[in-house]
Amino acid sequence: MELKEFIENLAEQFDDTDISEIQADTEFQALDEWSSLTAMSIIAMVKTQYGKTITGREIRKCSTVEELFDLVKSL
Amino acid sequence: MEGFNPFSLDGKTILVTGASSGIGKGVALACAKMGATVILNGRNRAKLDATCEAISGTNKSIAVADLTDMAQLSEMVAALPKLDGVVHCAGIGQRVLCKQISSDDVDGVMAANFKAPVMLQTELLKQKKINKAASIVFIASVAAESPSAGNALYSASKGAIISYANCLMTELAPRGIRVNCISPAMVWTDLIFKGGLTEAELKEDEQTYPLKRYGTPDDIANLAIYMLSDASSWMTGSNVKITGGFR
Repeated sequence: MELKEFIENLAEQFDDTDISEIQADTEFQALDEWSSLTAMSIIAMVKTQYGKTITGREIRKCSTVEELFDLVKSL
Repeated sequence: MEGFNPFSLDGKTILVTGASSGIGKGVALACAKMGATVILNGRNRAKLDATCEAISGTNKSIAVADLTDMAQLSEMVAALPKLDGVVHCAGIGQRVLCKQISSDDVDGVMAANFKAPVMLQTELLKQKKINKAASIVFIASVAAESPSAGNALYSASKGAIISYANCLMTELAPRGIRVNCISPAMVWTDLIFKGGLTEAELKEDEQTYPLKRYGTPDDIANLAIYMLSDASSWMTGSNVKITGGFR
């Protein structure tokens, strides 16, 4: 699983945030558009794209995009 | 007050499903008259062309697709511009007694009246075709709450779409996108003849309505215009009954 591809999939879950605003070191929960709905959307994306189950609590424990990527990769 | 028109749809691009006949056709024509660029969806190109020809000007296009076919639906959505409004009018009517309902009856009604609008909405959101502050309108039915013999599946399908719309509302509210339902009573369209009643019987029933008539597609279209326009900026999650007094 590639970080670049993960970032693309993650960016898809946002409607108003441009993919250029999402980098490995981006603190995604600080993005203007971030909400509980985004977390729900990420849970579904991780399930369909990677066949893995992640919880909202686990997502919230991650600070940067790379941390989230590492978490999903480790599952 | 010259030029005051809170219901203008100028500059808005609106997709109308089921635009080849009935309420959908009425809504499409009305939206065009209010200044919108309309995209007409239906299954039958010839009938859509007829609706399209009835619209003057050039701010119109047709999008042929059977919305119960996921491949056609997805392809149609990919070709759409960004939308400021969607009116989900496509639907079917069928009356069958509960003791005679077949598995195919359930699948047929739910596929057209529930699954198709749900999956269209999913695809529109997934492909990011809905602008901020857009307005989504579902044509439901007063049948969702007013029971009548033989109407169980139709009523259930409309009740389902109303419940769906309520949840969709909460998910889209952060982007200022509004979601509302219109629940008409009987409206003179081809659909109401699918119940096995004759025109004479329907005309007799019409007289039981407090306003002594069934609705017309224009009656419903005018409410849709309100819901699509900025006049209804504070309305979301509503299900408005329009019934000539019928309960």
